Amino acid sequence: MRELAGAEISAQVAQMCREANIYLGEDVYRALQQAVEREESPTGKEVLRQLIENVAIARGEQIPICQDTGFAVFFVEWGQEVHLTGGTLEEAIHEGVRRGYEEGFLRKSIVDDPLRKRVNTGDNTPAVIHLRLVAGDKVKIAFAPKGGGSENMSAVKMLNPSDGVDGVINFVVSHVREAGPNPCPPIVVGVGIGGTFDMVAVLAKKALFRPLGQPHPDPFFAALEQQVLAKINDLGIGPQGFGGRITALAVHIETFPSHIASMAAAVNLNCHACRHVERVI
Amino acid sequence: MEVKRLKAPLSDADVLALKAGDNVLISGVIYTARDAAHKKLVELLDRGEPLPINLQGQLIYYVGPTPARPGQTIGSAGPTTSGRMDAYTPRLLEQGMKGCIGKGFRKPAVIEALQKYKGLYLAAVGGAGALLSKRVKKCEVVAYPELGAEAIHRLEVEDFPATVINDAYGNDLYVTGAKAYAR
Repeated sequence: MRELAGAEISAQVAQMCREANIYLGEDVYRALQQAVEREESPTGKEVLRQLIENVAIARGEQIPICQDTGFAVFFVEWGQEVHLTGGTLEEAIHEGVRRGYEEGFLRKSIVDDPLRKRVNTGDNTPAVIHLRLVAGDKVKIAFAPKGGGSENMSAVKMLNPSDGVDGVINFVVSHVREAGPNPCPPIVVGVGIGGTFDMVAVLAKKALFRPLGQPHPDPFFAALEQQVLAKINDLGIGPQGFGGRITALAVHIETFPSHIASMAAAVNLNCHACRHVERVI
Repeated sequence: MEVKRLKAPLSDADVLALKAGDNVLISGVIYTARDAAHKKLVELLDRGEPLPINLQGQLIYYVGPTPARPGQTIGSAGPTTSGRMDAYTPRLLEQGMKGCIGKGFRKPAVIEALQKYKGLYLAAVGGAGALLSKRVKKCEVVAYPELGAEAIHRLEVEDFPATVINDAYGNDLYVTGAKAYAR
């Protein structure tokens, strides 16, 4: 049994919070550079140029890429041969978030009670933590700060199995059309298909953690990702909704087996600031 | 790409000279307010009490910046989703506000009020918070300090980039822009 101290998790998490919010990943940066080449609208090109310049300013001046430094979302794969010492995993992650958001001058955007008082918790906790126990003695932590504007433009729909491929495509594309400028295009589109009502939303979120430029391993779903992407970009919404060719940078699909009576589908949108970092401890 | 210069606060003539789709660089004084501050302002109007700021000619920027590091004027400061302010915007236009800066769709009531009171709805680039922060030269809290990032700030901006979405003539770039590039 390998022992791992909660303090080590906290230190890594604090660093991940700062890093993800200030340094945009290479994958997204490359996608923005390709987008500026392909965009036909002059205003759309200018928007993309501003986004690229924004990345450099954020890095140089240590300013967050976006003022919405997000809900802290984690996917943790915990090797079951690892024993955590010094508290619970939740406490360790929350301590990391608390420190990362304070030391990184990040905005605290979480309120305690969602309906009545909505008082800011002051430290951006709690985080949303998805935990899976896996084989081995390693711990993989993936973190994404999820902005509210794009998260609000998300949906789950319990489709009929007979709706088929077209049903999924129509659901996703019409959803992106309705969202229009609100999720800060060019967006990354996370799609979940299968599982239950709760599971499919997690799949769509997980899809947003996949690096851009990495297609689904199954050629059928990889082709579907490209097909949906082309249809979304034909909507003409363009960067920031000002009109243009590049409405989405990528579509990522994640699937899970389904009940014989169901075909759950979910779409979780991310703005162009598709921030995600990963550590293996 | 043509860019027009705009000096804030605005006159009716400034508003009427701009059309949806125009790109502008704003210099001068603007004010920030988002959900909580809007609610407070409209509550004052409901009670017939004076507002903490004079809205004549002003542009309101929907932003909740990140905390500034020591030595920085303001933290990351990009626009937030404007739709959440829809319920309040017509009331503020009625008070002489000349426009607002945010991102995303507005309700028909706002678009109509922009025509009625001669106002503009502009969008700044969402997610360009670091770049936009560099265009803010001065920043001070002028009302509701207890709201933190949501307090009303007076900003002095220089060459702050924005695009006109809804003009005083009923045009909407979110509709015409997408139509021009759809296929």
